[in-house]
Amino acid sequence: MIENIALAFQGIWGHKMRSILTMLGIIIGIASIISIVSTIKGTNEQIKQNLIGSGNNAVQVRLSQGDDSYDMSYNSIPKGVPVLTEDDRKNLADLDNVRDASLYTARSYADNVFYKDTTYSGAVYGIDSHYFNVMDYYIQWGREFVQSDYGTHRKVVIIDRNAMSALFPAGVNPIGQSLEIAGQPYTVVGICDASSSYTPTIKSIQDYYNYTNSSSGAIYIPSTSWSIPYQFDEPQNVVLKADSTDDMTKVGNSAADYLNKKLTVDKDSNISYKSEDLLTQARNLQQLSTSTSTQLIWIASISLLVGGIGVMNIMLVSVTERTSEIGLKKALGAKKKRILGQFLTEASVLTSFGGILGVVAGIILSRVISRVAGTPTAISVPAIIVAVVFSTVIGIVFGLFPAVKASNLNPIDALRHE
Amino acid sequence: MILELEHIYKDYPQGKLTVHVLKDINLSVEKGDYIAIMGPSGSGKTTLMNLIGCLDVPTSGTYLLEGKDIAKQTDNQMAEIRNRYIGFVFQQFNLLPRLSAQDNVALPLLYGGVGKKERRERASQALAKVGLAERETFRSNQLSGGQCQRVAIARAIVGNPVILLADEPTGALDTKSGEQVMDIFRQLNDEGVTIIMITHEPDIAMHAKKLYHIRDGILTGPEQREADD
Repeated sequence: MIENIALAFQGIWGHKMRSILTMLGIIIGIASIISIVSTIKGTNEQIKQNLIGSGNNAVQVRLSQGDDSYDMSYNSIPKGVPVLTEDDRKNLADLDNVRDASLYTARSYADNVFYKDTTYSGAVYGIDSHYFNVMDYYIQWGREFVQSDYGTHRKVVIIDRNAMSALFPAGVNPIGQSLEIAGQPYTVVGICDASSSYTPTIKSIQDYYNYTNSSSGAIYIPSTSWSIPYQFDEPQNVVLKADSTDDMTKVGNSAADYLNKKLTVDKDSNISYKSEDLLTQARNLQQLSTSTSTQLIWIASISLLVGGIGVMNIMLVSVTERTSEIGLKKALGAKKKRILGQFLTEASVLTSFGGILGVVAGIILSRVISRVAGTPTAISVPAIIVAVVFSTVIGIVFGLFPAVKASNLNPIDALRHE
Repeated sequence: MILELEHIYKDYPQGKLTVHVLKDINLSVEKGDYIAIMGPSGSGKTTLMNLIGCLDVPTSGTYLLEGKDIAKQTDNQMAEIRNRYIGFVFQQFNLLPRLSAQDNVALPLLYGGVGKKERRERASQALAKVGLAERETFRSNQLSGGQCQRVAIARAIVGNPVILLADEPTGALDTKSGEQVMDIFRQLNDEGVTIIMITHEPDIAMHAKKLYHIRDGILTGPEQREADD
């Protein structure tokens, strides 16, 4: 066997140009499959990182209608949705694997926030004292909300850095300045920032909205002063901090269950609390990117098929060229099995070698793609093993016909062949 | 009797007609024989050689080789018989160009399942016997025609076959190399190797102890003679 492989290598080396041309189909096929798989794997890992790996393990639970968040723009809070109290928050915070919980109210497009003549189009949040802890935000300058801010409905506001740059000209210290929110003056007391930041991949229009929202900033007021500018026209949402990323789905579901028990809405209204399940979202997005890429893999497989036919062609030529060699071997007592084995070995060594070259080319290609397109790639070891094994199988499958032809040659005719 | 052909016929279909290539061939070979079969081209001598070499089976008649009925063997058994009982020497040498002389000689042993070390040793001994001990690592393109044929003879005898079967062994050689090959044959025959040689050259046929003629598929002989030294 080892001798056969060595002989096969000698044969490949003896016809370098021909062998490379023969292997080209296999090389291209394997290289494209490896680079596609590496790109998928890289993208999937990035999706997971982007969605859930921001590190704070925060799970949002929102009032939803059907599959979407409940749209409050033209409606008021539906009947049967309870007001969530501090007791509810405590109960939620006591759920298994929950580290902390926060109640908040949000409006994604604030249309009436001004600093002097500058308007602001980001989000406004009414938050309790747990929000920054849950979200892993920290105060960069100024102060956090204190108990008296909540107790006395003080009109104070904390803004994030995006909102700061949208509202205030450079050189102005925002702390102590007044913002106008729905006609009410609010004093800026702090600038906050997320502890960890990330650049998201934008794959859908929804991602784009989320991104532009977060990048156009957020301003926070105490939940107790929310009703001053906005009355009670936004529902309360919950955000929980889970012990670990893997607990996020479970924590979200148990919180949604707790909240849904308090709902007394019509069954037909389709209104319920839903947790934003980032793990599932990540998985869905990964599936999406995987399924499009699976089609690409099928296309690349056509190249493997063509490569396999090329191998069959060249093996047939080789059998014809070496007819007298086959005849001689048979005359010397080589059995059919041995001739068959020799040609199968030769074909599969050829394609496996092509497969290995293809893997190398694929790794280089995926590095290049990663450089040019700026997407991450991750080399998949199982994919490499499968690729090499598969190319060996191609050699055996497409080498079989020429090998059978060779082993069935009549030694007399073969010996006489010039 | 190591080889016995009885009433051998061989027919080939040619279009709608049947060509009778061999007609009622009878031949007995004893151990130590040195036989030449002479005939012009088209006489059926190559077909006879293929039959004796177990590369082909007769249309009718019996062929016993060491008591085995060749007509009753399977494909794999035929391969084994060729491997163990027969050593071929061809007109065109038929050496594998990618292998060294030693590896070429060792090929029949490889197919016979002999271990690597023993193969090497026996191939070296066989090469020494034909006077090519110094050329073990050479490939066929580095050897002269006469040397190539001697490598081929070494390959034919390495497995200690029952018969050495030579088809026009000097056909592609100059006179001097041809004489060398004949010397080796005589020496091997003196050592007890049974040789059947097919040729159309009377000079070469003269080296054999028994001479047969074949013409239009009919074998005549033997013409008993003593090889002249």
